Amino acid sequence: MIEIENVTFHHGKSPILKDVSLTIKRGGITALIGPNGAGKSTLFALMARLLPLQSGKISFDAMDIRQTPSRELAKKLAILRQDTHVASRITVQDMVGFGRFPHHQGRATSLDHDKVQAALNVFDLADIAERFIDELSGGQRQRVLVAMAYAQDTEYLLLDEPLNNLDMHFARNLMHQLRDLADNHGKTIVVVLHEINYAAAHADTIIALKNGEVAAHSRTDEFMTEEAISRIYDMSVKVKAVDGLKMALHHV
Amino acid sequence: MARTFCILGLCTLLSITAFMVLGARGNWDFILVFRGTKLVALVLVATAIAVATIVFQTLTSNRILTPSIMGFDALYILLQTALVFILGGFGFASLAPELKFALELCLLSAASLALFGSLIGQGMHDLFRMLLVGVVFGVLFRSLTGLLQRMIDPNEFSVLQGSLFASFNKVDTTLIALATPLVLACCALAWHKRNVWDVMALGREQAISLGLNYKRELMVGLALVTALIATSTALVGPVAFFGLLVSAISYEVTKTHHHGPIFLSSILISIIVLVGGQAIFERVLGLGATLSIVVEFLGGLVFLFLILRRVRV
Repeated sequence: MIEIENVTFHHGKSPILKDVSLTIKRGGITALIGPNGAGKSTLFALMARLLPLQSGKISFDAMDIRQTPSRELAKKLAILRQDTHVASRITVQDMVGFGRFPHHQGRATSLDHDKVQAALNVFDLADIAERFIDELSGGQRQRVLVAMAYAQDTEYLLLDEPLNNLDMHFARNLMHQLRDLADNHGKTIVVVLHEINYAAAHADTIIALKNGEVAAHSRTDEFMTEEAISRIYDMSVKVKAVDGLKMALHHV
Repeated sequence: MARTFCILGLCTLLSITAFMVLGARGNWDFILVFRGTKLVALVLVATAIAVATIVFQTLTSNRILTPSIMGFDALYILLQTALVFILGGFGFASLAPELKFALELCLLSAASLALFGSLIGQGMHDLFRMLLVGVVFGVLFRSLTGLLQRMIDPNEFSVLQGSLFASFNKVDTTLIALATPLVLACCALAWHKRNVWDVMALGREQAISLGLNYKRELMVGLALVTALIATSTALVGPVAFFGLLVSAISYEVTKTHHHGPIFLSSILISIIVLVGGQAIFERVLGLGATLSIVVEFLGGLVFLFLILRRVRV
């Protein structure tokens, strides 16, 4: 369970998050959505301890992120951000291997090698394991990073707009893989999404932020109403059911 | 990999032997001690610059910038000038070298941690911004130095000049007793943390995600770099592109991201270039040319090459 209590964050004088409190239950996929500047990425960065908390409290299964050593947290949650730039030349296999670092601190055992191999297989990377990551396409590189987070073998997985730069083929693939991780491997996944229909199609729960406040927190099918989406994005949007899935027609 | 290290090890032995015996005439007791002291100093400098450059490049997640390019040794010279300015030429000259070195080391650590500690971690993904900051700092330190040097008495300036224009030929051997344990300790720490550097090279976010105490490791790394650069600058004076030359060759021959082999190969390459080069220039060419100029020239070419290659990509 992820507990976020009374988190407020200011950037200079302007408030980014205003007294946000949320409880995210274990299991399933939770999508974090909202218009630009709503504070999604800030909330993500705070949860991932990439930004220091200014006030409030965030904990994962009662592990307070301010009190727990970073090394322990790294066995609890893995994070994935889109713009990972690496200067040195690293092979796919080694990069995925870094996911095991919190467990072995640099001295890999055969268990670690097995887990890396498993991650390479799950994400279809075994064929390109020896390639350097700077030679890969954007989609392949994204898959390497997800595999690395998978190899980290944590209960929680946080992803910040993982679909950016992915074409629809890879985007859907990635969402299917996340679905599989949640359903068959018992992971709890929180994902910041830009495109509401990916959330509608694949998430169990949707949390919407607007102007630094929680505007909605409900099950996906309950959330997907014309009224709610129009209110959050300040525009009128039609919602139509396609084969039982509610989709927002925000393009027209 | 094993073959690479065999070749590097052999070349290192060859350079050291050449430096010790080439053109030796007269009393061996004298020659061995005289050249031995100098050899120790050169090996210390080579090691310090190699390790400092690698750690710095890892912390900044790039393979082009070096501490010297970012103005670390310009800062050292500024501090030295400021010391002469405050203490006066006589006071400066009468300071015990060990005390002076310790004082400079403390000042340099404080100043560089304050300056670069806040800078690194925020804008460091933008290579050109870092480069610009380095150039601006370098110019700032150099102009402040120039200003102070014009304001002091000419006699005091000559004292200062004596301590600034060190070179590979006249190594300051009085500091060896102090520098040896310092460099060894820094290298031991850097080696001990080699797995941590592997992760630090992935950048701030990955390092935090993988459970490192990023801030602490960054500060430890910066302190290491500062101590090593201060030592090498105290021994032979500032060298701008030597570290870059060494690190670029080392990445090229090892082709790995593991810091263990990178450290080893860069130290060996550094010794080969410095000791071997010095043997050739001192003994074979009879000091007809200066090693530092050739090294800086080659290093500068490597720098331009790396920058241009990066721009094209």
